[in-house]
Formats: sequence, C-alpha cells, structure tokens
Amino acid sequence: MRQFHEQLQDLFQNVVQMGTLTESMVRGAVSALVARDEGLCADVFEKEKAVNRLQVEVDDKAVKLTALQQPVAQDVRFLFMASRIGGELERIADQAINICQNAHHVIEAPPLPPLLDLPQMADAAQKMVRDSLAAMIQRDVVLAALVLEDEKRVDAFRNQIFSTLLDWMKRDPAAIEQALSLILIARNLERVGDHATNVAEEVIYWIQGRDVRHSKGVPVAEQERETA
Amino acid sequence: MAADHDLRALIARRKAADVIFGALGALSIAIGLLTLGALLFDLIRTGWPRLSWEFFTSFPSRRAGQAGILSAWVGSTLIMIVTMCTALPLGVAAGIYLEEYAPKNWFTAIIEVNIANLAGVPSIIWGLMALGLFVHSTLDLGTSIRTAGLTLGLLVLPIVIISTREAIRSIPQSIREASYACGATQWQTTWHHVIPYAMGGILTGSIIGLSRAIGETAPLITIGALSYIAYLPEGMSETPPFLTWRFWKFQWLGSGYTALPIQMFNWISRPDRRFHENAAAAGVILILMTLSMNAIAIFLRYRLRKRVQW
Amino acid sequence: MMKVSNWPKPARNRAENGAVPAALTSAGEDEMATEPPVKAEAKHLSFSYGSFRALKDINIRILQNRVTALIGPSGCGKSTFLRCFNRMHDLYPNSSYEGQITLYPQNINIIGPKVDPIEVRMRVGMVFQKPNPFPKSIYENVAYGLRLRGVRNRKLLDQKVEEALKSAAIWDEAKDRLHQSASKLSGGQQQRLCIARALATDPEILAFDEPTSALDPMATSRIEELVSALRERVTIIIVTHNMQQAARVSDFTAFMYLGELIEFGVTDKMFTNPSNKLTEEYITGRFG
Repeated sequence: MRQFHEQLQDLFQNVVQMGTLTESMVRGAVSALVARDEGLCADVFEKEKAVNRLQVEVDDKAVKLTALQQPVAQDVRFLFMASRIGGELERIADQAINICQNAHHVIEAPPLPPLLDLPQMADAAQKMVRDSLAAMIQRDVVLAALVLEDEKRVDAFRNQIFSTLLDWMKRDPAAIEQALSLILIARNLERVGDHATNVAEEVIYWIQGRDVRHSKGVPVAEQERETA
Repeated sequence: MAADHDLRALIARRKAADVIFGALGALSIAIGLLTLGALLFDLIRTGWPRLSWEFFTSFPSRRAGQAGILSAWVGSTLIMIVTMCTALPLGVAAGIYLEEYAPKNWFTAIIEVNIANLAGVPSIIWGLMALGLFVHSTLDLGTSIRTAGLTLGLLVLPIVIISTREAIRSIPQSIREASYACGATQWQTTWHHVIPYAMGGILTGSIIGLSRAIGETAPLITIGALSYIAYLPEGMSETPPFLTWRFWKFQWLGSGYTALPIQMFNWISRPDRRFHENAAAAGVILILMTLSMNAIAIFLRYRLRKRVQW
Repeated sequence: MMKVSNWPKPARNRAENGAVPAALTSAGEDEMATEPPVKAEAKHLSFSYGSFRALKDINIRILQNRVTALIGPSGCGKSTFLRCFNRMHDLYPNSSYEGQITLYPQNINIIGPKVDPIEVRMRVGMVFQKPNPFPKSIYENVAYGLRLRGVRNRKLLDQKVEEALKSAAIWDEAKDRLHQSASKLSGGQQQRLCIARALATDPEILAFDEPTSALDPMATSRIEELVSALRERVTIIIVTHNMQQAARVSDFTAFMYLGELIEFGVTDKMFTNPSNKLTEEYITGRFG
C-alpha cells in the first residue's frame, strides 16, 4: 500500500512538472510578442518536447495504477484528473507554440499603434493558468472556483480585441495580414483560458467528487486542437 | 565452505537421534508384544487339548476330564447383556446432558473431575458398594445376575460417559450452528446431528468398557458369585441354541450365576494339573470373547464411518 | 495503527470574504429512483458479550430485494451485527441485546425477548464462512430444513430440493449424485450446497458471513454471481472483508468501525466519493 501511495505522489509530481513547464512556455511566448524578440521563442519550442513526453508518461502511469491497484474514492478520481489535466496542459503548450508562430508575422511587420489590450489579456490568461495549477498543488477548491469566474474576463478581452482589429482591417487593408495574426493570437490566449478552466474543473472533481463541467454559468469547454 | 560442513555435521547428528529414538520405540513395542505373545502362546499350548464342543457345553465337575464352562460363559454373556443395558443408556444420556445441556459452572466442573476419578476406582470397591447398595439393602436384589449386571454397569458407566463426551466434543461447533441456522431446536440438533455423528466414538468407548467388564472378577466375588454352578438360569436350555421362549420372561435376572473369570480362578486354585488345563482353555475362550467384542466395535466403527463422512 | 493520509487537507472551503463561489454550490444531489420497501430496520441496536460492548447504537435500514454489504476492519463488529439477525448469539451465554431490529411487513422485533429464536431462524437463513454441510447426503442436507418444518411428502421434498439446488447453481453437478455424501464435493460446491440448504425453506432474508474467504478465486466468482442473481428472490446481507467484493456485488454498503456504523450509502457513491473521512481512509487503504 505504501508503495502505491508513493507512486501516486510521484505521478502528482509529474503533473506539477508539466504545469511548471507549460506556464513558462506561455510566459515565454507572451514575452516574445511584447518585447518583439523572436529569440525568446527558441526556449518555448525546446520545452514542447518535454511536455509531450511527460503527457505520455502521466497517461501510462495512470492506466497502470488503475489496473494494478483497483483504486477507489479520491485515489481513482486523482488518476482520472491527472490524465485529463495532462491533456489540457499539453494543449496549453500547443497554444503557446501557436502564439510563437503567429508572433513571427507580427514582429516582422512594423509595430502597430496602439498594441491593443493584448498584454492585459495575456496577463489575465497567464493568471488563470497559474491559479489553476496552484489550486491543484494546494488543494484549494475556492481558488479553482475563482478561476472559473475569471474566464469571463478573458472572453471579454477577446471580444474587444476582435472588434478593434475588425475596424482597423476595414480602414487599412494593408494591415490585414498583421491584424489576422493578432486575431489568431487573441484566439490562442482565449483557448489558453479555456484549458485553464478545464484544469480548475478537474481539481474540483478530484477534491470534492463533484463534476462541475458543463454546469450553470461555466461555458462548454471546446475539445478540438487549434491549428496555427 | 566451513559453514556447509558444520551444517552437514549438525544434520547428521539430528538424523542419528531420529534413528536412536525410532529404535527405542520399536524395542519397547517388541518387548510388549513378545511378552504378550509368550503369554498367549503358553495359554493356548496348555489349554488347546481341552478345547472341544463338550468342554463348551458341559457343566463343571469334580472330574477334570468332564468339566466344562457352559454355566460360566452363559453367565458371563447374560451379565454382559445386563451391563450393556445399564451402562449404555445411562452413560450416553449423561454424556449428552453434560456436554450439550448443562451450564458450564463450578458445579459441573466438579462433576467432571469426579467422573474421571470414578473411572479409576479399584473394582473391588465397586463390589463392596454393590454389596451394601443392592444385596443387603432394602432393594434386596440378592445374589443374582441382575445385581452383577448392575454392579458392572456402574463400574463401566464412567468410561461410557467419558467416551461419549469425547465423541461429542469432536463434533465441530460449525455443524451445530448450521443445524440451528436451519431452524432446529436444541433437541433436534442433538438427536439428528450430535448423536449420529458421535455414535462411532460412543460405541467404541462403550465396547472398550464392556471388554473390561467381562474380565472383572473381584466385584463379582464380593457380591457372591458362586464358583460351582451346575445349572443354567431359568429360561435357558442346555442344548443349542441355549434359549427357550421362557427366556423372554426375564426370570433369569434373579438367578444365581457364575462367570468365566470366576470359574478360571476356581480351577487354577486346585492342585490337580488337569484343572489348570481347563483354566487355560477357559482363558482362551475368554480372550476370544474379548477379541470378538473388539472386532464388533471395529466393524461398527467402519460401517458408521462410511455413512457419516467428515 | 492508522497511517497518516498522504494528501494534505484541502486548503479552504470559502474565499477570504467568506463567500462560496458559484461553482461550489450544490448542483443537486443524485436522485434516488423510487426506493424499494424496507425489509428490516435496526433502531438503536446495541449488543454486549458480558461487559464488552460489541455494537453501539446502530441504526440502519435494509431494503428489500437488495444486497447490503457490511465492510470494516477486523473486530469492527460486522459479523456480530449479522448474527443478531438470526439470533445466533442466543446459543452462547452472557450475550445481551438492546434496542430492536424490526422485520417488515410483519413488524416483528427480531431480538425481542418474547420472540422465539427458532421462528426467527426460519425466516432468516445464514451461510457461514467455512462451508459446513452435514456429513449426510446432498439430498438430506437440502431437505433438512424442510423436514424440520414437517414436510413429509416425498414428491414435494424432491421438488423443493431440486428447486433449491437449481437456485444455487449446483443442480447440474449434483443431480447424478444426490444420495452421495456431501463431503465429497469441493469447497466451492459445498458452499453452494449450503446456500441451497438455506434457500430450500424460502427465507425472507439471507445472511452471508464472509462466504468466500475460504474459497479459491474461481469458486469465489461463482458465488458472487450467485449472490447477485439471488437478490430477486430474497433480501441479502453480506459481510465481507474484501472491499472489492463489496463493490462488485452490493447495492448498498455499510462501513463499521469499533462497533459503530460510520457510514451507510449507495455502493456506487461510497466507493467513488464517500462522505465520511474515516470511510475514505479505510477504503483507500490508509488504515486497517
């Protein structure tokens, strides 16, 4: 039994590791965009391999522990949570890669006046990621629930950025290429927020045993991978 | 390497001890069997010439050549019947009561200790008790087969009780629980399960007790067995099958009697060597009777084991 | 003794300002479908051997035609509780009951002093941990309970014996050797025979006291299937020290510890999200 509990802790550490890497990938991508420095993206691309490897490892361990130990209650909820959060973190990492790819077009073109509210949106999205992971580590359901409420802010940012860019494209057709990249980046950040929400929902499921996905007020989490 | 060698030496010593112990055990058995064998051999050799149908069907006589054991073995057999009818029902019932029904307190503990003691009381004491209780008391049962049977029955009673209790104890509690769980009362459980399954042990113990009784001489002498009886009790005939219909009137219970061990004792005390031969022959018959009782016990146990399989 | 759980306690249930965020408010409990009627109910049941109090104030409802499992560490009182249902404790001195166990719909108090234990045992059958068939033939084993109830008609006995052996899923193996000794059967077969014996008299409740702990995995799995299938005929209470068995077989589970009932609920919920922390610790193996 002791060995089983140690294995659970070990799996938990893997997920925490994934979270740390993913957080830093998002931070790196946003910094590259704001500082207009593509060099910062190299690190982001590097870390993707580690994140993918960890996801496979987490899923493998979760399946083995379920088969061999017949876990119940919190333990079985943990194993499902770990596997699903691993998936969400991997997708956040993908979004960070996409941000880097889209940033390339933005950085090449002359800077825009003004740079919109993108930095604030990025901050909001990063906070959601940070908070949802902190909620998992500290087993703080209230923090997780607050992340669910933060999602509205990020969505509001996206809508506002979309309409600003739409106006701009209508007024200045030459700026369409750059504007499209910025729209895509806003979409990426909004997806990051969605996935962070899912992480928070999983944390609530693990600690309280309540499945709060798809329930009142919380938007349905989209499942498709976003392509650049 | 040195450790291996030590280990082997140790094992060799232990095996040697095994062999020595086995040899000692075999030696003990050999001594016992040889002694017994020698006795039996001597007995049979001395008595063999006298074993004949006439010996079996004649009364004792002053002439050694014509003396027989008819009254003796008939007496022994009739006494055994009475003993059995006394000891078995009383002993089995007492054993069942003590094991199944009696509460376990200090009183029953005292009873249990005393029963074990009674089993070891010298048989002549039983004789004295019977003299006072049956013969000379108001019961006035007299010097009869009835008295002899009752006396020996009481003597054998503790053995029957103890073997009944042991047999009952060997029945696992789970069987009783299963019976109760089906909805049986205590008596139904006892009657349908406890007694049938214990019967093997009960019978074996009882027959061991009876085998002892058949050889008891001291109590019978004390209560007045005669050693020269030239008649058979009322209802018996002198020719095979030795019974008449009057047997069932049970008047033979009140009759005088002798028994094989007593007859043997009487003959062996005479100086004439030929009476010693008679005694030896009677001894052979006595042993045969004992052996056949044991054989019946073994047979019954075998049959019961087939029906009641654990 | 009790090992400390490896997960630290959850940090908090409310935000700093005391409010409970919307997502954490109750989203509606799992609705119970129309509940089956109550078959037996224990109210303030306590039991003592001499001065030792083995059961303390147990209150529980056993629902009809459902399997209720009792789990808990050794010595928690689950077997003691089970044996109250068929008054097995009456066979041993120094036992005393308090409270009541009501059997419905007759409204009899199973442990009432005026109630005859023999009558109780005719309504509540029991299968024991170690298979204990009588050393008689298979037929006589199953017929025993019927004979006790006065059934003499040979044809009726034959019919009921066959029904019982079929219900216990052992008819095919037994039909050609009905009059052979039951001791020749294997352990698993003997246990199914004991189940047939208990079923022959149509009990209202069937109590199983760790029925598979002496059996191999194949035999265990057959008995579990049987227990599951029997719920349509009879109400079942099963004591087991194997939690996975309780999870597989039962509709409701009761967790007991040190003579008390700690938690009782639908099995699905007990094993995915128990309400009581002690229950959680026991079923995840953090103590016991």
